[in-house]
Amino acid sequence: MKDLIPEFEALRARFPPGFASSLVLPCLRRIQEERGYVADSDIDGLVAHIGVPRIQIEEVLSFYTQFRRRPIGRWHLQVCRNVSCSMRGAETLLEHLQRKLRIAPEETTPDGRCTLSAVECLGSCGTAPAMMVNDRYVENLTIAALDELLEELE
Amino acid sequence: MAGRQLLMTFPVTANSHTLAEYRARGGYTVLENTLHHHTPRDVTQAVADAGLQGRGGAAFPTGRKWSVVVPGDGQPHYLIANADEGEPGTFKDRWILEQAPHLLLEGMLLSAYAIEARNCFIYIRGEFDLPYRRVAAAVEEAYAAGWLGDGIGGTGFGCDIVVYRGAGAYVAGEASGLISSLEGKKSYPRNRPPRLTVRGLYQRPTVVNNVESLSNVTGIVAHGAAAFRAVGTEKSPGTRLFSVSGHVNRPGVYEVELGFPWRKFIDEDCGGVLGGKPLKAVVPGGISSKVMTAAEVETLRLSHEDLWSAGSTLGSGGMIVVAEGTCMVRLLQIMLRFYHHESCGQCTPCRDGTGWMHRILDRIVAGEGRPEDIERLYYIAKYNDGTTICGLGDAAGYAASGMLDKFRDEFEFWIAHKHSRCQGRIECPIS
Repeated sequence: MKDLIPEFEALRARFPPGFASSLVLPCLRRIQEERGYVADSDIDGLVAHIGVPRIQIEEVLSFYTQFRRRPIGRWHLQVCRNVSCSMRGAETLLEHLQRKLRIAPEETTPDGRCTLSAVECLGSCGTAPAMMVNDRYVENLTIAALDELLEELE
Repeated sequence: MAGRQLLMTFPVTANSHTLAEYRARGGYTVLENTLHHHTPRDVTQAVADAGLQGRGGAAFPTGRKWSVVVPGDGQPHYLIANADEGEPGTFKDRWILEQAPHLLLEGMLLSAYAIEARNCFIYIRGEFDLPYRRVAAAVEEAYAAGWLGDGIGGTGFGCDIVVYRGAGAYVAGEASGLISSLEGKKSYPRNRPPRLTVRGLYQRPTVVNNVESLSNVTGIVAHGAAAFRAVGTEKSPGTRLFSVSGHVNRPGVYEVELGFPWRKFIDEDCGGVLGGKPLKAVVPGGISSKVMTAAEVETLRLSHEDLWSAGSTLGSGGMIVVAEGTCMVRLLQIMLRFYHHESCGQCTPCRDGTGWMHRILDRIVAGEGRPEDIERLYYIAKYNDGTTICGLGDAAGYAASGMLDKFRDEFEFWIAHKHSRCQGRIECPIS
């Protein structure tokens, strides 16, 4: 985390004075980008750097779905299964992925390649069914497109 | 085209979102002119006179919200664009964020001028990747060109915008939950009063407006309130962006002049129901708005007053088209799973009620429904309504009672026969 402190300082400068607490979410996001998850030592570092109570950071980490406390696979496949995506085949896609990867949602393949998640609305309903592959949206999915995509993920 | 358009007025190309192209379309001239020739009060008055209603879901009059903020009261004011678009079925703000980010920024600058806010924020949902990159790039472009920062347009007006990314929480789209999140905390909504325009972000007067609402401000200031009111209906001035999904031939984001016939919009603009099937129902504005039957869609116009009189709402503009043969029990099961997952847990009726309703639906779908389940769902919906800090619990109840009001027979059938009358079908087959 120490390497990121100059970045955190630049971020702080963009906020008005008195907004230190607001740095919690963006700093955690940035830490997770670097490490892949947020470690205990990161929380210690952030408590010291921002000066917010440790409980605030712990609450944020457990409240928001995007934060992780442990490593996951190299590729995080997050399949939307809300109303519009289900109406365009998301449940079939999710079953296909589970069969193909031989894992259930929230599991990682033994080789550490893929982690599968079933998630709620991604705001991609007009291009349903949709999923996220790491940070990227993949839309208008079909079984064939999914199979092709899996081939590319190393 | 569904009537006149105010926002989607340019062809979308690979570069139409950039500052150069926005300037070529006349961008930032309204801001410049306003800063030189008009007072903040003029802007607030124009927005109030235009009758602009919030485009996030509640349709609260934007001008009335602003008027609570007292000019020159000696404390900082804040403006927040709510880009935490997460209501299932809704992806219309994403169009503005991706294709017209400078329209949002100019609208925000005019609004910030009106309410005397030096610091503004765009709170964007954490999953949105391209929309974030487009908006963040637009903000950098605006700083570099002098449209943000100090002395904008050679005047004494200064304004800063920070783009703030969420981290995955539906309830952060609720204005007070959003403020908690922007303060770096879990997005617990707050009790009101005090209103956020009195005590909002870090206890300072704060206006939270939807992205589409703010994007309308530029046009209103440019052409005047009367021109805005000339579009739409008397009680629903202007246009709305609708994001259309589900069993429909041409899903996507459409700008519709308010008052346009609903069925005509679905059939002509959206290409009708997928596979030419008959229409069964439409969820008008995100799953928190009550579902309407095909017969109702036939007679209603897309206006706030039409939907309110029919017991629903245009909500967030997230329209989900449902073809004949779709199992409404399964659809409600998905909706209730969503509310259960997203309830923040702060208020008992919502924390327990959403889970309770979800479990009842799971039970019905498992063939273990009981005859009293339907009345139980109504009961939970009733005691969720108005008993919690924010509207999430209410919305879960509306979704449930809306489905039960219109399609009760399908729930009774599944409970009695232990299987769906529509084979549990919700999807159109994918290739």
